[in-house]
Amino acid sequence: MFRIHNPKEFGSGLIFIFFGIFFALISLNYRLGTAARMGPGYFPLMLSIFLSLMGGIILLRSLITKGEGIMRIKFQPLIFITLSLLLFAYLLPLLGLVLALGIMIITSVFAGLKFHFKEVLFLCVLLIIFAVFVFVKGLGLPFLLWPKFLN
Amino acid sequence: MELAFFQNLTLGFNVAFQWINLLYCLIGVLLGTLIGVLPGIGPVATIAMLLPITFNLSPLCALIMLAGIYYGAQYGGSTTSILVNIPGEAASVVTCLDGYQMARKGKAGPALATAAIGSFFAGCVSTIIVAMFAPPLANIALKFGPAEYFSLMFFGLVAAIVLAHGSLLKAIAMVLLGLLFGLVGTDVSSGEIRFTFGIYELADGIGFVTLAMGLFGVSEIIANLQAKEGREVFTRKVGRLMLSKNEFHRVWKAILRGTAFGSILGILPGGGPVLASFGAYALEKKVSPYSSEFGQGAIEGVAAPEAANNAAAQSSFIPLLTLGIPSNAVMALMIGAMMIQGIIPGPKVVSDKPELFWGLIASMWIGNAMLVILNLPLIGIWIRLLTVPYRFLYPSILVFMAIGVYSLSNSPFDVLLMTLFGILGHIFAKLECEPAPLILGFILGPMMEENLRRALLLSRGDPFVLITKPISASFLIAALALLIIVFAPAIRQKREEVFVEDQ
Repeated sequence: MFRIHNPKEFGSGLIFIFFGIFFALISLNYRLGTAARMGPGYFPLMLSIFLSLMGGIILLRSLITKGEGIMRIKFQPLIFITLSLLLFAYLLPLLGLVLALGIMIITSVFAGLKFHFKEVLFLCVLLIIFAVFVFVKGLGLPFLLWPKFLN
Repeated sequence: MELAFFQNLTLGFNVAFQWINLLYCLIGVLLGTLIGVLPGIGPVATIAMLLPITFNLSPLCALIMLAGIYYGAQYGGSTTSILVNIPGEAASVVTCLDGYQMARKGKAGPALATAAIGSFFAGCVSTIIVAMFAPPLANIALKFGPAEYFSLMFFGLVAAIVLAHGSLLKAIAMVLLGLLFGLVGTDVSSGEIRFTFGIYELADGIGFVTLAMGLFGVSEIIANLQAKEGREVFTRKVGRLMLSKNEFHRVWKAILRGTAFGSILGILPGGGPVLASFGAYALEKKVSPYSSEFGQGAIEGVAAPEAANNAAAQSSFIPLLTLGIPSNAVMALMIGAMMIQGIIPGPKVVSDKPELFWGLIASMWIGNAMLVILNLPLIGIWIRLLTVPYRFLYPSILVFMAIGVYSLSNSPFDVLLMTLFGILGHIFAKLECEPAPLILGFILGPMMEENLRRALLLSRGDPFVLITKPISASFLIAALALLIIVFAPAIRQKREEVFVEDQ
């Protein structure tokens, strides 16, 4: 049975090979040109070949060396932090800064640490007031404050 | 020459003492100290967050503030290292070793004073070093052609790889990946749009702020939330802040050595405060007559790394201001800040924008003075801030990041991209791949391609142009020598030992 003794190196190797091949394949669509007159594909192709090579070496080395296992990824923070940022970004043009921020903060709360309802509310109010005054009133960022349909 | 030097400094101080510049200097150093104190947020993420805001400032105000954050963080980080054994910032990890031991023995005051005096002294010296060495270096750099620039950047990247933590191979791969990410967008020479998959927001390339905030900011939050929150804060009496005669006698040599060591390491690409503080501590442990006390509260163990990290923070501005090449991730962000303001970083900054160059240098000295005056009285406030739990902190950081990145192009796309880089950054963290080399590669990618193209165009495709020009050849030989040295088995082992200390 084939076993990986150095999962961190193995994983890194795989990622680098993936990106290397990925960029190499796209580079091939661009004109390569010659060394004297490099086309847009020349330099990236060179880099991605090197990257794949590096990935390959790291992968091979991972088979003969030993290392610690990868710490398990806890998905809760990953998912909720990601989700909160995306919700903010895509809701902001529709709902305005106040609501979008509120939704983001409340979503981010689920990312892990214990929270009390009152604290969340307090934090929301504080941060929203701060953001409105500093970013919109102070720095003049062109954000919608309230939902579109209310205006 | 001598006269010109003082005239320039006078110009700098005149500019830096304008009240608006003083104000932004103060804001910068206060913010810097704040994030230096708070664990879980460092100067890279903070400067990335504030970059979009600096659109609205004058170039000098923007640079003064961002620089202040950077060296201010070196002061703040030491405070928490000493008082609560928590490094607020990566560069003050070693300060914990002896600083906290001193605090436990009731000598928190002298430890804090040593850190402040060491940082201040180092800040002053390295500011003078920047002022003295940057202009002549810029003059040399003015003569550089594309071949020299390409080789210089190559050398820079190799140095960054050598000095990166962890595996060399991974660092090389990260640099290459960064270079490739840097090429996304419109190709300057041919006008062709590359690697955008038809997404028009990518035509201008991946935003630097977006990348940095994703890799450093978002992934940092995710990582912190996975770790348990176990921060205890003991507020203890700080005690007398003055150094005794004996302490002063022990400290001054350590400060001198730390300053010298830090100033040199700061200039090297990939160096900077973190490496400088580790190196200075190791050096001090070797040469100090009190080396047996190290780890049990040796005052030299506080003085040397604190002087070194501040010296390095300051001197890392030299390659930025003279060559336009960043020596670490924060300097890469400074390049971003200059470009936002329409300033092309490089040797021409000194001659074309003297008030910017000298104003920035003078402001660093002023900022250091502010820090040493403000920091000691404000220690109580900083300690109290530590009691703010992370569950309040991270939503606040998210708000800043989301608004900052969204405002870059006023579209959700950059936030999406930042989130993706956050996930990628988290994966890299799990695999122990350092993101700093990637950032350097990202900044240098387009510049390297451009210079390589031009060099080869001028030589009609003959790659030997890179080794027939003496300056270019010396950079390449230096890079090669570095690579051979680190891959030599004996040194490789030693290097790994050095980096094990900071785990």
